[in-house]
Amino acid sequence: MNLTRRKFLTVSTSAAVATFFGGSRAFATVDEINKAISDFTGGGEPESGVLALKTPEIAENGNSVPVSVTVESPMTDDDYVESVMILAEDNPNPEVATFHFSPASGEAKASTRMRLAKTQNVVAVAKMSNGKFYKASNNVKVTIGGCGG
Amino acid sequence: MAAKPRIKVPKKASAGDIITIKTLISHKMESGQRKDKEGKVIPRKIINKFSCEFNGSSVFSCDIDPAISANPYFEFRAKVNEAGTFKFTWVDDDGSVIEAEKEIAIS
Repeated sequence: MNLTRRKFLTVSTSAAVATFFGGSRAFATVDEINKAISDFTGGGEPESGVLALKTPEIAENGNSVPVSVTVESPMTDDDYVESVMILAEDNPNPEVATFHFSPASGEAKASTRMRLAKTQNVVAVAKMSNGKFYKASNNVKVTIGGCGG
Repeated sequence: MAAKPRIKVPKKASAGDIITIKTLISHKMESGQRKDKEGKVIPRKIINKFSCEFNGSSVFSCDIDPAISANPYFEFRAKVNEAGTFKFTWVDDDGSVIEAEKEIAIS
């Protein structure tokens, strides 16, 4: 095998990360992510647009990563944003939180802080009262992982 | 462990205003992923539900999973049409409930 320096670094880093998390810990799989999304949407296909997910490009500390979601939508009794689910694809459990809004929210905007185990994609799915779904995702680079220890 | 939440709600607003509410509560949010020195898993203990009501009707709520950071912080919006009281509730895994209230006046 032609082991270049770069390849070696990649391999050794991922091995180190695996050791850090105890080796045996399973991270969420693509199936789990898709299942979490389809459980939330009831099988509906999420579209892009309307939903904005804001995360830092680089998070120094995975223990506390600010995340904010905004959905451009009127918030009236018959047309509003019901909920927004946030998933972290490579955390041990992909679910992060689900926000539930109401017409009394005035604006579908919320933020919190989450834990990220490593560099990964963060996905948000919004559920509208009219049965539509929207999805957005961002990649966050994590310097120090935020679970275990 | 009497966790005292910190809440920011404006003292007054004009009718129809959309206000920003910020809340923070001290809690370790033990994720259930960590191990102690003997290698035993530290059991999960987190706040699993947060909700905010205004004069009895729901404004915002959040289902929380272990991936939320320690000392969970939430920022969200609320539309105020009348004076009243915001009621905030945090539910712990062990079943305990922490409640707090804030009043708002209409100017």
